[in-house]
Amino acid sequence: MNAHTLKAEEYFIKDEPFYQAVGDEIAVFEAAYNQKLPVLLKGPTGCGKTRFMEYMAWRLKRPLITVSCHDDLTASDLVGRYLISGGETVWVDGPLARSVRTGAICYLDEIVEARKDTMVVIHPLADDRRVLPMEKLGEVLAASSEFCLSVSYNPGYQSVLKDLKQSTRQRFVALEFDYPDAELEARIIAKEADIDLELAGKLVKFAHMTRNLKGSGLEEGASTRLLVHAARLIHDGISPVTACHCAIAQALTDDSEMLTAIDELSSSLF
Amino acid sequence: MPASLSTEDIEQKLDLLLDVEFSFLKTRHHAETLAALPSEKQHYLLVWIDRIASTNIQLAYQFIDQAVAVLDEMDKNTVEDWALYAMDTYDQAGLHKALAVIRDVDYFIRLNHERTYGASYEDQASVLLHFVHGLSGRQLKIDQSNLGQDLAWTDTETIYLPSLIAKLDSCHDNFLLYKITVTFLWAQVRFGTFRAPLQQILEHHDEAENVQQLFHTLESIRLEACIQRELPGLYRDILRIKTHLSINKDNSVLSDLIDQLEQPQCTSQISLELALTNLQHLQSCQSLYYQGMIKPEQVYQTMMDRIDKEKALIKISLADLEEELNKNKSKPGKLDARFTKSEEEDIERTSIEITLDDQPISVPENIRTLSKSILLDLDDIPAEYLEAAGPGEYDPELFKPKEEDPDDVWKGTYHEEGAFLYNEWDYRRQHYRKNWCAMREKSVTPVYDSFVSDTLNKYSGLIKHLRKTFEAMRDENRVLKRQTDGEEVDIDALVEALTDSCDGSEMTDRLYTRMHKSERNIAVVIMVDMSGSTKGWINNAERESLILLCEALETLDDRYAIYGFSGVARKRCELYTIKTFDEPYNSEIKARISGIQPKDYTRMGFAIRHLSKLLNEIDARTRILITISDGKPDDYDNYRGEYGIEDTRRALIEARRDGIHPYCITIDERARDYLPHMYGPAAFTVLDDVQQLPLKVSDIYRRLTI
Repeated sequence: MNAHTLKAEEYFIKDEPFYQAVGDEIAVFEAAYNQKLPVLLKGPTGCGKTRFMEYMAWRLKRPLITVSCHDDLTASDLVGRYLISGGETVWVDGPLARSVRTGAICYLDEIVEARKDTMVVIHPLADDRRVLPMEKLGEVLAASSEFCLSVSYNPGYQSVLKDLKQSTRQRFVALEFDYPDAELEARIIAKEADIDLELAGKLVKFAHMTRNLKGSGLEEGASTRLLVHAARLIHDGISPVTACHCAIAQALTDDSEMLTAIDELSSSLF
Repeated sequence: MPASLSTEDIEQKLDLLLDVEFSFLKTRHHAETLAALPSEKQHYLLVWIDRIASTNIQLAYQFIDQAVAVLDEMDKNTVEDWALYAMDTYDQAGLHKALAVIRDVDYFIRLNHERTYGASYEDQASVLLHFVHGLSGRQLKIDQSNLGQDLAWTDTETIYLPSLIAKLDSCHDNFLLYKITVTFLWAQVRFGTFRAPLQQILEHHDEAENVQQLFHTLESIRLEACIQRELPGLYRDILRIKTHLSINKDNSVLSDLIDQLEQPQCTSQISLELALTNLQHLQSCQSLYYQGMIKPEQVYQTMMDRIDKEKALIKISLADLEEELNKNKSKPGKLDARFTKSEEEDIERTSIEITLDDQPISVPENIRTLSKSILLDLDDIPAEYLEAAGPGEYDPELFKPKEEDPDDVWKGTYHEEGAFLYNEWDYRRQHYRKNWCAMREKSVTPVYDSFVSDTLNKYSGLIKHLRKTFEAMRDENRVLKRQTDGEEVDIDALVEALTDSCDGSEMTDRLYTRMHKSERNIAVVIMVDMSGSTKGWINNAERESLILLCEALETLDDRYAIYGFSGVARKRCELYTIKTFDEPYNSEIKARISGIQPKDYTRMGFAIRHLSKLLNEIDARTRILITISDGKPDDYDNYRGEYGIEDTRRALIEARRDGIHPYCITIDERARDYLPHMYGPAAFTVLDDVQQLPLKVSDIYRRLTI
């Protein structure tokens, strides 16, 4: 039992997270950080966007404040609000205001999930003004040079409602993430879950099978994250077919026929 | 326990059921046999005789003969399956075949056994399809092979499978056999069996049949080795299944070749050469069941067509890509794109990286799929394929799938081709008639006349009123005050609470405001009766109400579609598309509403079933199916009276089971007699006057969805 509470701005990542660069994304992010440009991470779920942010926070030695956006996220959830304490109102900063104040890296995960009106509060922060207007306080918060804004989004959702507005997306330096190529992905899995490379290679092959099914019954193929989950189960002695069933197939779909088909694929492979 | 019936009682009943007055059947003998049975069996059989007689009297008559004899050997479920199977056969193939089913009980029992332990294509098709899509390469389709063809084969685009596999003793093993068959045929495509010039050689060879057979045998050995490397889990299953298939296989003559065939670098060309050189001293073995068969002619034909088509398609797609790149480019001037394939090759040769001016580019999905497919046929992408098509080189229209005109089928003889088939409930049989209705979607010819503007003028006051009432229903974000939890502090509440606390009274905890989103999220299909009986003012009233409803609905975000239904007999059920969910309400739609014409009869079951299917594909929280009708279901072939009502009721029950709310608006004064039975007590409105229809429809809709 060693869970302990930390203030959001004190959340420094101390140990180097395992991140395997695919291209020049580390250099690009560092350049953008130095030039005070906000960054947009695009890519399917579980391909390493969040891990990349943790790695960059460690590398740049800044605290990382992550906000997972959801469809009820309001502007005051980000900026801050008055609370009542002892008969008086007290202002409490939201995570965005906090990171602007302390010069942290603010990472808005799955930004499209947030309400449309929420997204516009980041606009003044995401251009050369780099300020956060706090209407209720009547203040404008100017960001320090350490502050960095980055958002992530998954262009795979083909829903019109979940599309990023041009006025938002045209403020960012965009980095595209995708699943790494087969060999690299196998190395990542082998390292993350401590299994042998051959088994990891098979898992990747299985992932490619599910990715083939994208669009013909599956919304998404298995992500690298799911593969790592399955690999960890295997590492602890679960049989590969069962691990694929629990960690991958069930996570991908509820459709019973699809589940059967995916299970048949894994039992053919292992 | 009902009392046992005497011979006379039974004879009387049979005479009635079998319509002896007209059919002149002799029932005395049968009555005697039945009378000898215990009362429970008597009643059981009489019920089934009644159900079968509703389909065909001769069939029922024969059934009595056989049923008494087999009743002791078969359990009731089997008897019922047998009777239903006979009726289905009657529906599909006529009396002669159906009587054969009744007579040859043993055949049915054998078939039934196969059905119980076998795996049927129908049940497994979707799993197998997902499975084969998951394996890499071209997205193969699967289909049922023609009747009587027991072996599976592929033409490199579609895998044809037998309708039932019952070679093994358990359901699971039979499914496995399907799976192995599918994988094996997939392997033929994936590992390039048809890249060998088999067809060219067969055309000129004296012993073509032997060559083909031996090639198949050798290829099967090679492919099994490929599967062993690629899918070890499945290979274990193959080994196990092989022992069950227990075909005496003497491989000793082949053993010298096996080593060579099992090498990873072995190709189908080598198999073919080996087959040709060893033709004289090698006997080809009988191929195993799952290895299917090869049909070089069909394969060759499909491949030739596809290779030409894909060459054109990839060049057109690259031209599109080039145009796209030109558009996005910052520098003016035309960019001269030079596509090449990357030198680095995938070890497994399943995909090739395409580069633009030696820089890797991310190519659109369709090009990637195409290049994969080309690679399977040719094992390479020839350089000429990568030259973008020049203007006018190909006509893209040529490569689009042809759309068929629904009216064309009437020129042919086979009326079910391309139609949606729907079951229909036969209440006397207490069972569905399978694929009974052949339904087609047709379009309404738009009529651009003054009808719409006249209607809008006539009801201008009402429309204004409707818009206002409908606007009030729109979803809005409302700020809820005095909440226990919320985004903001409710200052009014806080001030009050503070005064309360100074006062010494208890302070409330409802101090926040919260934004409340109300979402309607409704999808509705309006199903309009277009039967002949609506001719005249009913049709007018229907069209007027549709215009008013559309005008009102446009103020809401509800998704809606409008379809008309009519038809003559079961083979000609027609659904007229007036507005689909995706189409916006515009002048075209208005003209279509204006063009709604009375057609034929009122068959409702198929329309409800089809529209329920459409509604189910829409992602909405509430789904509504509104029928505007002028009378009870009625069609040419028996679809009247109780039969029509019961089928419609059944279709509505199916819809409700899928979470759809059906509602009916009718102007039939006698509707109160049958509508409660069909729609339930509170899901319909009967209007006494046709003139009320336009006024009421929107109002009813508002009340339904508020």
